[in-house]
Amino acid sequence: MQYLIRFTQLHETFRLAEVKALAVLAGVDLKIISYSNESPFCLVEFPSDDAARAVIERSILAHSIYEHWGTAETLDDLHITIKRDTAHLWPLYVEPSFKLSIDSYRGSRSQKQKVALINSFSYLPFKGPILLSSPDNEFTLFEKWALEPVPEKKLSSPLEVHFGRLIAHSARDLISTFDLKKRDYISTTSMDSELALVTANIALAGPGKLFYDPFVGTGSFPVACAQFGSIVWGSDIDGRSMRGAGGKKSLLGNFRQYGLEKSLGGVFVSDLTNTPVRRARILDGILCDPPYGVREGLKVLGCRDPEKDVRSIERGKLMYRDPAFIPPKKPYSFLAMLDDILNFATDMLVDNGRLSFWMPTANDEDQEIAVPTHPCLEVVVVCTQVFNKWSRRLITYRRLPDSDVDLSALALRKKQEDEASGRSADDLNPFRRHYFRGFKSEQELLDTATLETNQLQI
Amino acid sequence: MKVLSLNFLTCAVKTCKTQSDSYPLHPKDAELVQDDIELNEAFLINLLPRIDWKALSTTATELGFPALPSTPPTPEDLRADAKTLRDLHNLLLETQMVEGKLVCASCGHEYAVREGIANFLLPSHLV
Repeated sequence: MQYLIRFTQLHETFRLAEVKALAVLAGVDLKIISYSNESPFCLVEFPSDDAARAVIERSILAHSIYEHWGTAETLDDLHITIKRDTAHLWPLYVEPSFKLSIDSYRGSRSQKQKVALINSFSYLPFKGPILLSSPDNEFTLFEKWALEPVPEKKLSSPLEVHFGRLIAHSARDLISTFDLKKRDYISTTSMDSELALVTANIALAGPGKLFYDPFVGTGSFPVACAQFGSIVWGSDIDGRSMRGAGGKKSLLGNFRQYGLEKSLGGVFVSDLTNTPVRRARILDGILCDPPYGVREGLKVLGCRDPEKDVRSIERGKLMYRDPAFIPPKKPYSFLAMLDDILNFATDMLVDNGRLSFWMPTANDEDQEIAVPTHPCLEVVVVCTQVFNKWSRRLITYRRLPDSDVDLSALALRKKQEDEASGRSADDLNPFRRHYFRGFKSEQELLDTATLETNQLQI
Repeated sequence: MKVLSLNFLTCAVKTCKTQSDSYPLHPKDAELVQDDIELNEAFLINLLPRIDWKALSTTATELGFPALPSTPPTPEDLRADAKTLRDLHNLLLETQMVEGKLVCASCGHEYAVREGIANFLLPSHLV
């Protein structure tokens, strides 16, 4: 059966990824009939109303889903289509209460026009009472208008019209429940509630599953996964981010605020590169927003230069049992860290478990960082949120069952894994280097430098 | 952290990873609290294969819980036996360790647990 999804026109590249993931989670077949990043309307096929409801009720980027009654370029054609294709459905809706509404994308209708539009559907034999709040059935006429900022130039009619019967609303109201502005404890890098919930959906968070975030910070991702019923763990190299000021102003405080503390398995202070997690295929999902080294340092345990830092190593040997001892940390390579994440996910995820992480990259092709790969992990989808000169991607992988892994590729990878060269944060992190140089190319940087020298000479 | 977490954690020192006595970590001076959480049978049955039963038995005994059966219950056992299910739920999910230390039997390193958060950071000579 055909259904019409009304999406939000935001985070476009995430929308299908989310709906497809939710279909996998609900175990229902989904076929995309027509979709465009430019339009909030998407035509899909689901086996039943229940399947459509199960998928959309968890969705964050869809508004709602409708049983599809017709699509046309003009209202007159739409009426013809509805009369031709849906007459057999009409008897079902004769008695129950109903409501007809209008949803104009990029356009608006006056009250008078709305009434006229609604009255044009008077051929539908609905005799039940009209209820504006919670009717048994809600029918909606959708209009898609052309993008035209000048009102005088606006076309007199929409480009496209759809008609459908409401099946289910999405979980979009969770965005406001988890809004960072209302959260008791956040930091500079807390993930916006909408994208955190979408990430949890794409990673297939669900009741009774085990999820882990190795860069937990203030707990944005675990909170989203816990909302969907998972038991969650988190860790961070900086214990202060989890402890906060204590009470309400801590990671546990955030879980308490949403009544989710029962789903928090535990948090601990650790470094992914020296993780205490037992290597076993026990996690259903790993999701994280690793540090990029721009807003937060990208560091792991260890000394930058073991030869020069003999004193601090000696001090560590003497002092490390002291509760006040703070172990030294060194800058680490961004690419090596991405590799560590992939290796960790390979060791920890159950078959078909998902790894979803955020990764920044420059928009300029020359400076772009490729999507990291691993023989045991299949890239499911890459979603991109574009900023001005850089963008961040949400990359999602699926842990392949061992029988599907290319063993020769795996052996090759094991051989190639070697230490990254360079010691400073800039050497180690190409994204950070480009970011602080304003994403200029080597030639542009050279030109600016010459210009500055010339100005000095004048 | 829940007792379940202890089943997933081992010593962070690299040379200990290959030592069998580095897992499980042994709680020392542990202060426990009990939460009241609704029992979820499906979750426990799903969780069972991911638990290292021998390690869990050790942890349970060390925390002062009654000894667990020597072999893990099968999903059928759990469905049929409400008491085992209840006990397991209480041990894994309702019991939290809030203060104390986790000790590695291989290297002797003690990881401090404060306010339910364990600290696994290591000094430079151990990474």
